[in-house]
Amino acid sequence: MKLTLKVWRQKNNADQGKFVSYPVEGISKDMSFLEMMDVLNEQLTEKGEDPVHFDHDCREGICGMCSMYINGKPHGPQQTTTCQLHMRSFNDGETITIEPWRAKAFPVVKDLVVDRSSFDRIIQAGGYVSVNTGGVPDANEIPIPKKIADEAFDAATCIGCGACVAACKNASAMLFTSAKISQLSMLPQGQVERKERAEKMIAQMDAEGFGACTNTGACAAECPKGISLTNIARMNREYFSAVVSSENV
Amino acid sequence: MSWVTKTLSSTLGRKLIMGLTGLFLILFLTGHVSGNLLLFKGDDGQAFNIYAKFMTTNPAVKILSYLTYISIIGHVIWSIWLTRQNKAARPVGYAESKASTNSTWSSRNMGILGTIILIFLVVHLQGFWYEMHWGNVPTVTYEGEEYKDLFRIVTFAFQNELLVAGYVIAMGFLGFHLSHGFASAFQTLGLSHKKYSPAIETVGKIYCVVVPAVFASMPLYIYFTS
Repeated sequence: MKLTLKVWRQKNNADQGKFVSYPVEGISKDMSFLEMMDVLNEQLTEKGEDPVHFDHDCREGICGMCSMYINGKPHGPQQTTTCQLHMRSFNDGETITIEPWRAKAFPVVKDLVVDRSSFDRIIQAGGYVSVNTGGVPDANEIPIPKKIADEAFDAATCIGCGACVAACKNASAMLFTSAKISQLSMLPQGQVERKERAEKMIAQMDAEGFGACTNTGACAAECPKGISLTNIARMNREYFSAVVSSENV
Repeated sequence: MSWVTKTLSSTLGRKLIMGLTGLFLILFLTGHVSGNLLLFKGDDGQAFNIYAKFMTTNPAVKILSYLTYISIIGHVIWSIWLTRQNKAARPVGYAESKASTNSTWSSRNMGILGTIILIFLVVHLQGFWYEMHWGNVPTVTYEGEEYKDLFRIVTFAFQNELLVAGYVIAMGFLGFHLSHGFASAFQTLGLSHKKYSPAIETVGKIYCVVVPAVFASMPLYIYFTS
């Protein structure tokens, strides 16, 4: 395949940034999108140019590190992570536009790399459970109905890639935050900090400068892990019931 | 900040205000469209004028009307507040976006739709609501009691094709606004459950077509019959 890549280049956060077009050749349809980017970077390195910086880690679709807004969609045309996107989803001769996630809370570090530590701070604010130290508890000591376990697991499959924020017209982090609140609020282990968790995580989400939710559903439609909008409704219930009944006056 | 102001100024609190005021305005629209069906009665406006007097003088209705004014103003102010926050959350936009593949047009353009509805509302209130309250409305007498002849004002206004067309188009925009707003308000309140969410969505889909269509039929009916 022969392609033209229109890539966002930005030296650092203070730089204005601009699109630069690169032709690439010899791309196999079986390559992943990141492998195609590797080909481009090898070309650039050989020419002595600065390679395009992009985030990636496991390349197995489970770490949530890869990002990239490809042809107007987070993670490109398929509902998967960029590392699991293959070049067969594109046509020979196509021009592919590649941009970083765009959000105030995800500042550009360089090129396509954005700083997603705002997600980490939301988790730090309350996305945890406190457990007693000591011996390892027996398996199945706490009975959890299969249905609840499955639903909590569905929420827990969020890999925190930020595609929801990237897709949302308001750059809202509600799908992410709601998945993280949901996975713990449904389980018995999550009950101790339940109210505090909802209040603190949402306060942190607001403090990071994410937008509000308009219920467009773009986040769920683009989420590589299929996190559903019911989590946002659950987060709203968790938050409203927490603020009227928690100890924080 | 007290916990109340803190909650209401949080993102979710602001959305709560949008949802609650939106749902109240949906209730208002239901009442408004039902009452206005009296325009079709064909009694030269007697029932409509009696109803209009009741609506402007009954104390219980007064309370509801103040709640409606508060809801309209609240819905507008909070939407501006939220929109500003939302715009600020993405200072640099995308060069290319395929938003139409993941969301509906109305859901992404609630602000534009709402602004058009607000402009319509100003024209609408000025034409009828202001006239009824403070304008120079002719009176009629039914069974010895004097009534303001709002029906005359309405039928006179809808002789104008431009106004009729404007009303019909505005109702189209209202339909699109409701097509997203109805179910969205319930989702914001956290009311999402497989038992009743499908029903909410179905009712929303019917509501956003039927209510604006019935409203739009009123100026059309008057224009073509009188």
